[in-house]
Amino acid sequence: MTAPTTPPAIGVLALQGDVREHVAALDTCGARGVLVRREREVEAVDGLVIPGGESTTIDKLLGIFELRDPIRAAIRAGLPVYGSCAGMILLADRLEGGVEGQQTLGGLDVTVRRNAFGRQVDSFETDLEVAGLPDGDLPVHAVFIRAPWVEEVGPGVQVLATVGSGPAAGRIVAVRERDVLATSFHPEISGDLRLHRMFVQIVADRG
Amino acid sequence: MGTESTENITGTAKVKRGMAEMLKGGVIMDVVTADQAKIAEDAGAVAVMALERVPADIRAQGGVARMSDPDLIDGIIEAVSIPVMAKARIGHFVEAQVLQSLGVDYVDESEVLTPADYTHHIDKWAFTVPFVCGATNLGEALRRITEGAAMIRSKGEAGTGDVSNATTHMRTLRDEIRRLGSLPEDELFVAAKELQAPYDLVVEVARTGKLPVVLFTAGGIATPSDAAMMMQLGAEGVFVGSGIFKSGNPAERASAIVKATTFYDDADVVAKVSRGLGEAMVGINVEDVPEPHRLAERGW
Repeated sequence: MTAPTTPPAIGVLALQGDVREHVAALDTCGARGVLVRREREVEAVDGLVIPGGESTTIDKLLGIFELRDPIRAAIRAGLPVYGSCAGMILLADRLEGGVEGQQTLGGLDVTVRRNAFGRQVDSFETDLEVAGLPDGDLPVHAVFIRAPWVEEVGPGVQVLATVGSGPAAGRIVAVRERDVLATSFHPEISGDLRLHRMFVQIVADRG
Repeated sequence: MGTESTENITGTAKVKRGMAEMLKGGVIMDVVTADQAKIAEDAGAVAVMALERVPADIRAQGGVARMSDPDLIDGIIEAVSIPVMAKARIGHFVEAQVLQSLGVDYVDESEVLTPADYTHHIDKWAFTVPFVCGATNLGEALRRITEGAAMIRSKGEAGTGDVSNATTHMRTLRDEIRRLGSLPEDELFVAAKELQAPYDLVVEVARTGKLPVVLFTAGGIATPSDAAMMMQLGAEGVFVGSGIFKSGNPAERASAIVKATTFYDDADVVAKVSRGLGEAMVGINVEDVPEPHRLAERGW
């Protein structure tokens, strides 16, 4: 593989949420993070991050600003996507615990439970072993904020991490299916950017 | 996987500040009933603030304003699945303990309620639940962060529908942050003294050019343009108090303010969503509020 002359342009869905942290993480990992709020901006990127935020708000704005269908089509056509927390909810084919009428973009053959870990007082930090990271077996420091988890996965989905201890031990919190990646937690907040590096590599490999 | 792992730790600064990061670009709406909370959620609010009376009514009715009835807060927590915030009086650490026990997601130690302590704010490090506090300038913001606030909102003048104080406070914060960034390092010691804020925090703000926590705006926001202007002035999100449920068509106005907050830098969108909203809240000019009744002057 020849080194790309320009870094891949990776969009961050910028309707609501921790957009700036994802853009900074992507820039640090050798990509060019760009904001996506319009259909033409979806078409201009090589990959897309759905950030953390309030999934019900992002879902409503996706509908209002007519982004849902273009993003669904792009994912179906193979656009690499990474979602953290609310982003994981939005990438799930099936959702538990959503509000009435809440939709998802889909793309991951999983069932995700929204607010699965509880309310904010239950939000926590922990160390996780994550499979398939580009560099090494060191645990990932993970920050969970009113986080969802994955209830069940389809046959093509690879489980990358489960919670190690506590009442939610064994719950699935990181998954990958082809070029779609999702985590319950926020690497963009903890500063451990190996998952972002993994995603940038996925995008680069598609070249 | 999961063979060896450390404990799960709750209530850390990262988890508290991170929660506010997730609210960015969003609108947090004051609600006084479960029905209003549903309307807010349906309109795309990122969170609701549960309280007994909106600031406009507190202002009109007078008397001592306190934490809401736990039944009311429970009802709102039951009604919606988005985060629920609630207000405690400045310095009233037991109201905050009660709110934490009820499971609210954020406590607002708020000047909108009658202060319970005119000397000390709550020691917010002692809590698992995160706190948001109001500020009119950088020194006040940094003092609140020193006490453990995980999110700051500019105060504005709540319950007026007059955005002028919110503008002043956002501009003041922005100007003071910019000034710190322009100072040589050997002048930061005196800058910290003048701001009456810890030196380490002052250095951090000077280096990063921003507060170490998320900054929202509040107090007097009543229209989509108000929200968009605050975002252009550097707010990372918006609290709307009386502006929604004291207006002619709360559901439409709430939704319009949400859209304008996302597209705050696109006047075509702000223009489009501003149409056909009916009456905005009538409001009062901050100038006409006698100084002892100005809420922004509570807290120090």
